[in-house]
Amino acid sequence: MSSDTLSAFVAGAEDHHASVHPSAPDAVPGTVADLIDPPAVGVRLPDGLDLPEGVATDPTPAELDAANTGITAARLAIADYGTVVLESDAAGSEAVSLFPERHVAVVRAGDVVPGMREAIGRLGDRLRDGASEVLATGPSATADMGDLVIGAHGPREVEIVLVEDSDE
Amino acid sequence: MSKPDSRAETAARIRHLLETEGDAVAENTRGFNRGRHEAVRELEGYEALKSEARTVKEDAIERLPELIDDLREAVEANGGRVYVADDAADANAYVREVVDGGTVVKSKSMTTEELELNEALEADGAAVTETDLGEWVLQLADEAPSHIVGPAIHKSREGIADLFAETFDLAGEDRPETAEELTRFARERLLRDIREADVGVTGANFLAADSGTMALVTSEGNARKSAVVPDTHVAVAGVEKVIPTVEDLAPFIELIGRSGTGQDITSYVSLLTPPVASPPVRFSESDEPMADAGTAAGDGACEAHPDREFHLVLVDNGRLAMREDDDLRETLYCIRCGACSNSCGNFQSVGGHAFGGETYSGGIATGWEAGVEGLDTAAEFNDLCTGCSRCVPACPVKIDIPWINTVVRDRINRGGDPGRFDPLVEGLTPDDESGGIDPSKRLFGNFDTLAKLGSATAPLSNWGASLGPVRAAMDRWLGIAPERDLPTFERETLVDWFESRGGPRVSEGMARREAVVYPDTYTNHVAVDRGKAAVRTLEALGVRAHVPESTAVASGRAPLSQGMVETARGKAERCRDALLAEVDAGRDVVVIEPSDLAAFEREYERLLPEADATALADGCYEVLEYVYGLLENGAEPAGLAAAGDGHAAGYGDSRGAGDGGDDGESDGDGDGIPVAYHAHCQQRTLDLEAHTVAVLERLGYDVTTSETECCGMAGSFGYKSAYYELSMDVGEPLVEQFGDADRVLASGTSCCEQLDALLGPSTEHPIEAIAPPER
Ligand code: SF4
Repeated sequence: MSSDTLSAFVAGAEDHHASVHPSAPDAVPGTVADLIDPPAVGVRLPDGLDLPEGVATDPTPAELDAANTGITAARLAIADYGTVVLESDAAGSEAVSLFPERHVAVVRAGDVVPGMREAIGRLGDRLRDGASEVLATGPSATADMGDLVIGAHGPREVEIVLVEDSDE
Repeated sequence: MSKPDSRAETAARIRHLLETEGDAVAENTRGFNRGRHEAVRELEGYEALKSEARTVKEDAIERLPELIDDLREAVEANGGRVYVADDAADANAYVREVVDGGTVVKSKSMTTEELELNEALEADGAAVTETDLGEWVLQLADEAPSHIVGPAIHKSREGIADLFAETFDLAGEDRPETAEELTRFARERLLRDIREADVGVTGANFLAADSGTMALVTSEGNARKSAVVPDTHVAVAGVEKVIPTVEDLAPFIELIGRSGTGQDITSYVSLLTPPVASPPVRFSESDEPMADAGTAAGDGACEAHPDREFHLVLVDNGRLAMREDDDLRETLYCIRCGACSNSCGNFQSVGGHAFGGETYSGGIATGWEAGVEGLDTAAEFNDLCTGCSRCVPACPVKIDIPWINTVVRDRINRGGDPGRFDPLVEGLTPDDESGGIDPSKRLFGNFDTLAKLGSATAPLSNWGASLGPVRAAMDRWLGIAPERDLPTFERETLVDWFESRGGPRVSEGMARREAVVYPDTYTNHVAVDRGKAAVRTLEALGVRAHVPESTAVASGRAPLSQGMVETARGKAERCRDALLAEVDAGRDVVVIEPSDLAAFEREYERLLPEADATALADGCYEVLEYVYGLLENGAEPAGLAAAGDGHAAGYGDSRGAGDGGDDGESDGDGDGIPVAYHAHCQQRTLDLEAHTVAVLERLGYDVTTSETECCGMAGSFGYKSAYYELSMDVGEPLVEQFGDADRVLASGTSCCEQLDALLGPSTEHPIEAIAPPER
């Protein structure tokens, strides 16, 4: 991914009240650990990336309910908007990314695409295969109570761990 | 149909809403609208995206039956069910069966409001909770949404705090007050309901036929929770939401938030292909892992979770008939972004409780209500569309909303009781309209007849019209607001003046161009000065100007705004005959009144053969657009009045000493005479505001343009007693912005009248500010 795209992604995320934390692949557990407000629940990351100790993977609803932080992978990210694309998958990523007050999303730099077009283009066949995705941009928000409030039904804080490609 | 009684009732209802909800609605809608302006300014290729979005919808509605079949196939292949419901009862019966008296959490869906699904479910003993915070507030308050995107924008924070305190018996420390506290409270309360729900009900913003994917556009996250926690998900959506492919979603995702609330994107755009793979979250079995132990993100993602059940209810309820209706069809392109509401001056003042029907509100609501509820419901608020057209450039799918309102108004007119035909004004109609059309509509729709009569009998007509008893009768019988100054008819029309001065003054040989100044009804009979100013200006720029009697024909704009489409068509044909003859003779048609220009450029294509409409549109120019073009093409502004000249000296006099090299351009450093300029709504829609500003600046004026969408008068609207107060309220921001201005310019007739009423009578047309003095 070009550095332009990555810096656009960082700016896009910040515009939407999210922060981006670059990390080497083997530094992911440490980077994530620093972003956790315990207790934390998580979904195992794909492609050999590890989560730090102390994160309850295979969470129960009770653990989900008690967690302050949820950690999931993001399949894709969109630079223009600072969006992360979360999969509504069998591992429970949807619930883990949604219930705790803080969501930590882990995405590979190689999966950051410049714009909406590219993202939808990449998702088309997966959706046709039956997948479900959430384009998540920043924390949840509402203006229904008379003022903009960050954190409505979903997380109040979004931290994005950007995993630099290992061959770079 | 407005009888004297119902007129008074309408006025009272509007006054009540102005007082109780007006401020909150104004603040929110104007905020959304400003947000839209900013967000689309930053969006690259905005116009191209809108065209693309429109093309997708045109294609989708064209192929709708086929796409519904494709969608069914895709959803069923994933293991979900699809039901196409004919009407509300049919849809509700299906959902009732699925819910079976259980507990339901719902995310915001206008379609379920249309069906009154909550009531239907509750009749079976089901507990239904709205989880969108705005909708929940309305559910607690037992009120209807006032905006299709922000259902509770009419409620203040204090009002919500009181509502919560009362409903949940909260006092002291427990009583949430701030927006933050109120949100927290609602979140926690609603989470209890979400945990226990048997069924989640959502709408769908879009449905892709190729994959069975539904898009849900939200910011709160409640739709995600409603769809993911319970094992059963019911999505309810109008059939018009189907689009061909997943890829077709792209333009809509980029447009919908920007158009609606001014967000470049909402926090969540869920693309769910249900039944989804996500495990249901069983809080009742809270110590069992949700997912199979050891699964990683992405594993087996495409398989529907075995415990999940999904039902898609596609609602017809009049939509497939709208598809067959040439005028209402466009309504189905609507993506319910709310931009038309936010950009509407009247909506900004009263919101959807006045400007809306049983479900939908704002400009496009007339189309929706006429299609799904019927003309009676649409009639209740259709008059609040003044046809100003400010919603047209705001709409991301380029729907001609004012036209839909005109057509529905026409159908309402025709649907009325012919027995209510009022002989008082019968003489005013030629008459192409049938049906029991409202007398005030007839009056305003035939303003040209009235104007002819008015000029012929002036000043008697003016004196008579100003008498108290006459005004009282006009109010009673015609619904004309007694507070409003009536136009003063001039004895000498523009046409008469032009003839009596001896016709054109620029000789054929010397003429740079030949032009006809179109003597629209108002310019010809009332605002004669601006017509004279136009002639003098063109002559100063070397144009051989004419005002032939043959062209003094009404454009049809007035009857059009009353929904008298056939009358308008007849007038349009006469006007075309007169003006096209001039165009064919090589003359440009210069138009002063922006609403007439809009008729030529936007509406004649609906009234006349396409070739005629195009030829006329190509041959006509707004007067300052024309002046701008002349100056750009080398005409010398020397003869025009410039800032600082007052009206006494021509610009040429001040530079007559041969200072050489001065091309007459002002240095633009802003030290010119300040003027406040309000462009007419339709002029802005046609992108013509900039020309006027450029000309004024070139002549040395320091121009401030108005920030408000509308002055509130829009044609005859502000004359009507039912709407007088609303009209003045819409104009309020202009008072705030222009209150201290020394010199106020406005390009529309009604804008000038409204500004006079708001600021004191001194508003001029910009052509009067630049015209050389009368000789
Ligand atoms: S008509 Fe256009 S602007 Fe109005 S809600 Fe529909 S899509 Fe939005």
